[in-house]
Amino acid sequence: MKLSQSPAFRVGLSISIATGLYGVSFGALSVASGLDFWQTMALSLLLFSGGSQFAFIGVIAGGGSGLAAMGAATLLGMRNGIYGMQLNALLQPRGWRRFAAAHVTIDESTATSTGQTDPAEQQRGFWTAGIGVFVLWNAFTAVGALAGAALGDPKQWGLDGAAVAAFLGLLWPRLKGREPVAIAVVCALATVLAVPLVPSGVPILVAALVAAVIGWFSHGRRDEGLEPDVDPYAAEHDAGRRAARTAEEAG
Amino acid sequence: MTLWWWLLLSCVLAYAWKLVGYLVPASLLRNPRTSRVAGTMTIGLLASLTVVNAVASGQSLALDARLGALAAAAVALLFRAPFLVVVLAGAGAAAGLRLLGWG
Repeated sequence: MKLSQSPAFRVGLSISIATGLYGVSFGALSVASGLDFWQTMALSLLLFSGGSQFAFIGVIAGGGSGLAAMGAATLLGMRNGIYGMQLNALLQPRGWRRFAAAHVTIDESTATSTGQTDPAEQQRGFWTAGIGVFVLWNAFTAVGALAGAALGDPKQWGLDGAAVAAFLGLLWPRLKGREPVAIAVVCALATVLAVPLVPSGVPILVAALVAAVIGWFSHGRRDEGLEPDVDPYAAEHDAGRRAARTAEEAG
Repeated sequence: MTLWWWLLLSCVLAYAWKLVGYLVPASLLRNPRTSRVAGTMTIGLLASLTVVNAVASGQSLALDARLGALAAAAVALLFRAPFLVVVLAGAGAAAGLRLLGWG
């Protein structure tokens, strides 16, 4: 099969462009939070996991310590370990490919791959989205970091508001149903209560602990919260929902 | 320790999480509680980061233009705007409210 005819390749490419583009916002916000150009690039090149990168700079922007920033970023990275386990069973990479696969194991590459049923398509989807997002995310991080540095006073441009919007945008696709909303509300409340009591950055870790306890003791969907930021198969999922609704109305 | 060291350590730990899934026997990780905790913690951390960036100012709470950004982002998300538009809506709302003299 020609690569251009592969559905997984096409989905992987479009998700790469959509995700890569918002690297601009990461780059600009990272510089506004006080990191320099190369610290920003190191996060995109080496840490390479959108949520964790935003978490790191979000803690720093709020005056938190490097240790608290590392804690938030690392806890948010745990889900990549779950993705790695799923992908290892699915793709079975061997030798050096396993180490390369690990680096590009993120929400988007996992969702693109697991959304396919044919093993060859799963491979194509994973590598297209993984490498595509990596290249574009880093290119647009650089653009954003350079633009952010040129902007001057970040508050005048509302960049602190942009950070709030970015976190809500990352949270939003994971709020499907009553349970995730309840978890989000409880953790938001825990954060507000903790802010005056503990040093900056620590309220985020308090919320993580609350969320972990809820996850440990409650029984719910096993993949709760493990949705990608951008759904590679949004069009099909929408069509599926529409069909279900039509069937419901007809029945 | 300087910020650089925490940053690089974060990068090492992030890669370690990813690699664990490929190297550790699946039976060790197949515990449903592990993926539950990973998922609920993702939700909790993102909710907390949203709130901290919206209302925390050091160790106190402040209601300012960032609340407008939060509302604008929620409206954009309700209308299924793409991520970048959501971020721009947040920036625009905060900058606009400041131009009007609030926060």
